[in-house]
This record gives sequence, C-alpha cells and structure tokens, in this order.
Amino acid sequence: MATQTAPGALITEPHAGVGLQGRLRTAPWWLLPLTVVSVLGAFTVYAIWTAFFSGGVNQAGPYLSPFYSPLIWATGPITPALWVLWSPLLFRATCYYYRKAYYRSFFWDPPACAVGELRYREYRGEAHFPLFLNNLHRFFLYAVLVVTGFLWYDVFLAFWDPKTGHVQLGLGTFIMLGNVTLLSLYTFGCHSLRHLSGGGLDCYSQGRFGMARFRAWSAVTVLNLRHAMWAWLSMFSVVLTDIYIHMLRAGWFIDPHVVF
Amino acid sequence: MTTVERVREEAAHIGAQPAAGQESGLTGDTVDLRVLKGVPGGAPEEVAYQVPMVTGMVVLDAVHYVQHNLDTDLACRWNCKAAKCGSCSAEVNGHPVLMCKTRIDELPAGPVVVHPLKTFPLIKDLVTDVSRNYEINREIPQFTPAPGDEGPWRIQQVDIDRLYEYRRCIECFLCQDVCHIMRSHHYADRFYGPRFFVRVASLEMHPKDVLNRVDQTRTDGGLGYCNITKCCTEVCPEHIHITDNAIIPLKERNADRHWDPVRFVGRFLRGERPAGDGTQQGH
Ligand code: SF4
Ligand code: SF4
Ligand code: FES
Ligand code: FES
Repeated sequence: MATQTAPGALITEPHAGVGLQGRLRTAPWWLLPLTVVSVLGAFTVYAIWTAFFSGGVNQAGPYLSPFYSPLIWATGPITPALWVLWSPLLFRATCYYYRKAYYRSFFWDPPACAVGELRYREYRGEAHFPLFLNNLHRFFLYAVLVVTGFLWYDVFLAFWDPKTGHVQLGLGTFIMLGNVTLLSLYTFGCHSLRHLSGGGLDCYSQGRFGMARFRAWSAVTVLNLRHAMWAWLSMFSVVLTDIYIHMLRAGWFIDPHVVF
Repeated sequence: MTTVERVREEAAHIGAQPAAGQESGLTGDTVDLRVLKGVPGGAPEEVAYQVPMVTGMVVLDAVHYVQHNLDTDLACRWNCKAAKCGSCSAEVNGHPVLMCKTRIDELPAGPVVVHPLKTFPLIKDLVTDVSRNYEINREIPQFTPAPGDEGPWRIQQVDIDRLYEYRRCIECFLCQDVCHIMRSHHYADRFYGPRFFVRVASLEMHPKDVLNRVDQTRTDGGLGYCNITKCCTEVCPEHIHITDNAIIPLKERNADRHWDPVRFVGRFLRGERPAGDGTQQGH
C-alpha cells in the first residue's frame, strides 16, 4: 500500500483542499440555512412579544391562546405565559429535529453536507457543557404531554359559548382544533417518546407489555418519519392561532360562528 | 481498440443487430470528465478527459473508459458495479456518492468533476486509505450471547425485524466521509462515526446479545460529538436511517443511563450502581 497511516493519524491532513466547495455545486447550499435562521428568529421574537409585551392574557370569548395555556395565576404580577411557555419552548429547543436545524443554520456545524466549515476551531458538539444539556429533552417531553392535555381541554371549551353555555362552532374553534391536532402530531412523533414507548426494548415478544409497547413504538414511528414537517406546521399553527385570537381581542372583527 | 469498438465487435460476434442510430447506445454527446489526480505529498491536479456519452452511462463507466482508452495510469477502486460492494465511493460534483450508481444523464449539465473521498488519506488519484475504519470496527466488542446460551435459537420475527436495516450496510464509508466531525474536525481518533454507530445499534438491539456498549460508545466512540445533523443519512446509498434509527436511539439509551433522574431514583432505591454494570438483560 502506498501510504500506511498510524492508528489515529487519519484525517489530520485533508488532502484535497479545505473550505467551501461552492464551485462544484449548482444548488446554493446557503439557501436553507438562511430560511431556517429567518423563520426561527421570527418565531422567537414573536413568542417574546406575545408573552411579555402584548398587553396581558391573550384570550377572546371561548378561545385561549396556546401561548397562555394552562392559565396559571392570571392576575399575578408576571405574565402567566411564563409559568407554561418554558416547557414547549425548551421542548422545541432540545428537540432532535430543531437541534439539527439550528446546528446547521445558526452554528454552521456544518452549514450543509460536504461543504466544509467556515471556521476551524475546537469542536465540542454535544459531548460537553452546555450542549450536552440537550440530553434532558425527555423531561420537557413529560411537561409538554401535560400541557398538551390542557390544550385539548381548551379546544373542548372552545365548543361552548361562555355567555349562554350553549354549544357553539366558530372559525376560532376550528383553528384551535387544527392547531392542537398539529401540536399533538408533532409531540407524539418525538424521538424520546419513540424510545420510551418501546424503542429501548431489545425484545418485544417476551416480557410484560412487550407487544403493547411494540405497537406503541410502531405508532410513534409513523409520526416520527414526518417529525420535521410536523415541527414546522405546528409552529406556524401556534402563531396563527395566537394572531387570530389577538385580532378578535383587538376587536378587528367578530369570530364567525353559530350557536346551537 | 476503444471500448466502443470492442462493444461493436462483441455485438457483431453474437449476432446482435443494433437499431439504426442506436449503435452501442452512443448518444453522440461527449462527457467533460475532470478527475483529481495525485499522489500523497504531491499537488493533486484536475485532469480533463473527453468521454463519448453512452445511454445509461454511470460515472464509473466514464472513469473506466478513461482507464482503458485515454489514461491507463488513472487509479480507482471498484468491484461489483452494482452498488453492493461499497468500493467505488468518490465525490462527484462535490457530493459523496457511489460512482457506479451515479448516472451521468441525471447530473446537471456541465463538467462532471470526480474527486477522491476528502476525509481519508490519499493513496493515488481516486483511491484513499480507509483502514482507520477497520481499526474502529475492531474496537467494538462483537456479538456476545449469555454464557451457556450460544444457540441455535428460535427468534420471533418481531424481535429481529428492525435489525435488517442495519445489516444492509455495504461499508462504502460515504457516511464517514461526509460527517463533519471526521471531515472538518478530524476526530477519527476519538469518534467512531456513523457507520459504526449503526453497527453498535444492531448489536445493542439484538435480543440475544448481553453486552452493553453504550458507555463505551459515548466515551471512546464520541457519541456526544454527533450533533444529529443527518448528512450521513443523506448520503447513505442503502438508505439506512442512520441518525433516526441508530444514533438517536443510542443517545436515548445513554440518556437512560446518565440523564434520567426518574431512573436514577429507581436504581438508588433498588441499591444498584448508578449506571448499571455494563451488562444488560437479554431474553
Ligand atoms: S448525524 Fe452525526 S454522525 Fe451523522 S453526519 Fe451528522 S454529525 Fe456525523
Ligand atoms: S451506513 Fe450507509 S453510508 Fe455508511 S457505510 Fe453503511 S452503506 Fe455506506
Ligand atoms: S425529538 Fe422532536 S420533539 Fe422530541
Ligand atoms: S463498484 Fe461496488 S459499489 Fe460501486
């Protein structure tokens, strides 16, 4: 063999040039990172605005914004969003899909596949503080499962006219229902849930609940295959639901609805 | 004799009659093939070749044409030409691919630029030294059933189904090549890489294996360096969901052992050691 490298000596000398190989590519590799940065940045700014600077609880008629649910200590000195919002936000921040998205787009590690890095510095990845804290994802999952229960309860409430106590169907009801459906499709496709439901087992056919857990794992896997899509769709739907309720609250128009 | 002439002669020999205008599949176009040629220590240079285009031609065909007709000195590695041996890995237009699976008519118009795998030390032209991968492989403890339970076994299909995916790996090392931790950060001395996370996952999920390699994969294998950015999954010619089905499950198994206070309390109450004893229960 022409070159024999000592163990571990591999890859200390890249042989075919370094840096971005933009010359060899036709598609602009930076397009996706730029889009992700813009959308995630806009979402963060929006979440801060609606939670802290939008003038109190975002609630209109039977509709409660998902940013404020469950409503805890609504009359307290601090925005009630604060008691809840940390869990979905940290759930997303530690989600395996969003991690991929922001490592690529914000950290440029890597900006795209096989294009090289922009900076060469010591790489720590998720092996050290602080990013190894992403391993805590499953705890935010537990919290978010509870919050998701409240969100479904909010949808139930959205079917009732608060003044008359009659059943009502409004545009807002359907928006809330669509939103919580998308949020659930996202949450129940979580990689940690996939592991906890059955992925962590080595043997399904033996042992207690083995086959039940196999079926649970298979169901989570179906959603997990489209996890990125549900992540984006549910993020948009949360914002749209919040905007819709803001508009109702501001009195821009009246929710089209029928009362039975 | 050129390849085209040889094909014609063979066709005549077996009595094949190509339809008019379709002789030997020649399309009349020419492929502008550029191959990075070089040896260790020298300055690699891109050499341009004009290759007659044939219907259904793959990049490996073009490289073979060059070897046979234009530049017998050009080095490349291949075996099966059927995307099954994993030998012909290279970077075509900047994308890590199998040359035998990359059709030229599916590439964008313009020159076809072929470089060797960037991550591995060069031997010559398109041939690189991938031996570090075999060293990593030897570091992973092999399949180990419980003592006295060496088989043969009858295993339920449901318990073995998900392992088939990992067994599809053809060891082309495209995933190792594209992974930024190998490619840009040069961590091959402390990072097993995606191909070997696939192997560890296949062993860990085997119902009859009793070893636990999760801690070793984190410490020696650098599992934590992987930031799940999925380039490995994108290039895998066997379409193995490397990140979703091997790496993330391993990260979750690691979280079970070190990041789960609920389990930590459970272990504490049962008087077990914090992170298990390196074995796990097989059935
Ligand atoms: S997902 Fe992990 S192993 Fe795969 S290419 Fe990215 S960093 Fe490397
Ligand atoms: S996992 Fe896929 S890309 Fe990696 S070596 Fe195996 S077949 Fe090749
Ligand atoms: S991995 Fe995305 S929500 Fe858990
Ligand atoms: S030659 Fe075997 S995979 Fe390409």
